[in-house]
Amino acid sequence: MTASPETIDQICKLLEPFNSTGKVLSPDTEISADLNIDSVAVMDFVMEVEDHFDIEIPLNVVSETHSISDLAAVVDARVKKA
Amino acid sequence: MIDLLDKHKPIAERHARMMAMGVNAVGLTNDKILSPTRAMINGRETILAGTNNYMGITFDPDCIKAGQVAMAEFGTGTTGSRIANGSYALHKELETELAKFLKRKHCIVFTTGYQANLGMMSGLAGPKDTIFLDADSHSSIYDGCTLSGAKLVRFRHNDATDLDKRLTRSEGEEGGRLVVVEGIYSMLGDRAPLADFVAVKKKHGFQLLADEAHSFGVLGPHGRGLADEAGVEDDIDFIVGTFSKSVGAIGGFGAGNHPLFETLRYAMRPYMFTASSSPASIATSLAAIKKLAVEPERRDRLRANSARLFAGFKGLGLDMGCDTVSPVIAVKCADEVSTIAMWNALLEAGVYVNIALPPGTPSKLCLLRCSVSAAHSFDDIDKIIALFGKVVASRAAA
Repeated sequence: MTASPETIDQICKLLEPFNSTGKVLSPDTEISADLNIDSVAVMDFVMEVEDHFDIEIPLNVVSETHSISDLAAVVDARVKKA
Repeated sequence: MIDLLDKHKPIAERHARMMAMGVNAVGLTNDKILSPTRAMINGRETILAGTNNYMGITFDPDCIKAGQVAMAEFGTGTTGSRIANGSYALHKELETELAKFLKRKHCIVFTTGYQANLGMMSGLAGPKDTIFLDADSHSSIYDGCTLSGAKLVRFRHNDATDLDKRLTRSEGEEGGRLVVVEGIYSMLGDRAPLADFVAVKKKHGFQLLADEAHSFGVLGPHGRGLADEAGVEDDIDFIVGTFSKSVGAIGGFGAGNHPLFETLRYAMRPYMFTASSSPASIATSLAAIKKLAVEPERRDRLRANSARLFAGFKGLGLDMGCDTVSPVIAVKCADEVSTIAMWNALLEAGVYVNIALPPGTPSKLCLLRCSVSAAHSFDDIDKIIALFGKVVASRAAA
């Protein structure tokens, strides 16, 4: 499943406040591993994504998404479904 | 070969940094426990202000006697689970007594409070259901939710409007819905706005569970917890609690009025596949709960002590976890290094508090967390305030 560039761009903007490493974000960036974001902060970030797109991303789904493009694909699928 | 423990190297490095600054803040050894509020630590008599021993009941002579008698009569352990050979008359008596105390029809006792949440979440919800849990929920709630296989939706801490929004988003989906909140949140000491959540329940229709781990025995005119204090007990479907705080033992419970509640005994793996509580622990819990019912003065002392510590910290200008008085009083600190340094300084000065660091805390907070006991004297409370003034407030001002 391919994510749209617009969704990736918006997710990067939402993720930036959680990125204390200064690393440049890309679709392949692993949200937790590359940015040293702990599990609670990842859940907080996903809450921001949920509210931005007005969708629901259950924690069970969050645990299976690793990269920005993974998450963007989930967002696109759920926006379409909604 | 990939070494399985390699992934924990960052934890080892973080722990080593902590050890380089003093003693092990996340594994401190109490060499001797002198009373509910005193221990010998590193050769020094220390005021305990981080034990969750809210009622100060751990050395109550009647509770100790009850434990000794039970051990002599029933033995040291049950050697089996509740669904095999591990249900003793004592377990049933405790469940009956606790149901009476809680004014609930049914009560099930677990071996630990952690298992109570694992059992209740996984027994109530299944893969077709959805659990909505407060973002600041205790790890046992998160773990229980994961064990259930239910869809998990997290709502913003203590925000009934946010819950309303997320329930609306999931409208029309299959399965039942369980909402989980806590009476007092263990890190910051704030209470759930239960009346607001009950209003959302009336709008959407779901089953509501309150984890009263830190509020059972503590809040409410009868000591039944936050639901008792807020006057909304009839709207709370399920209560979870623990014996390891106000009851001064170890164990946990789930309670409710649902006609199928007893069926949970055969649907909760953390209840079915572990040994039941030891006779001594059950007997001390039973004795303590009987005392909580008839000794409201313990709650009065706890409230007075909590109010005194809260006012003292306010007077020092400390940044606290919340604006309401509860027995959990947390002080926010600037960063991990200074928090560890202050924790060590407090210990050296003779007071033990909890250190709480991310990711175990909400919003990446670094906390020095106090829990107040009914057994503290005003003199103890004043000493704790004075030491925080010397160690914490002075550093914040510097």
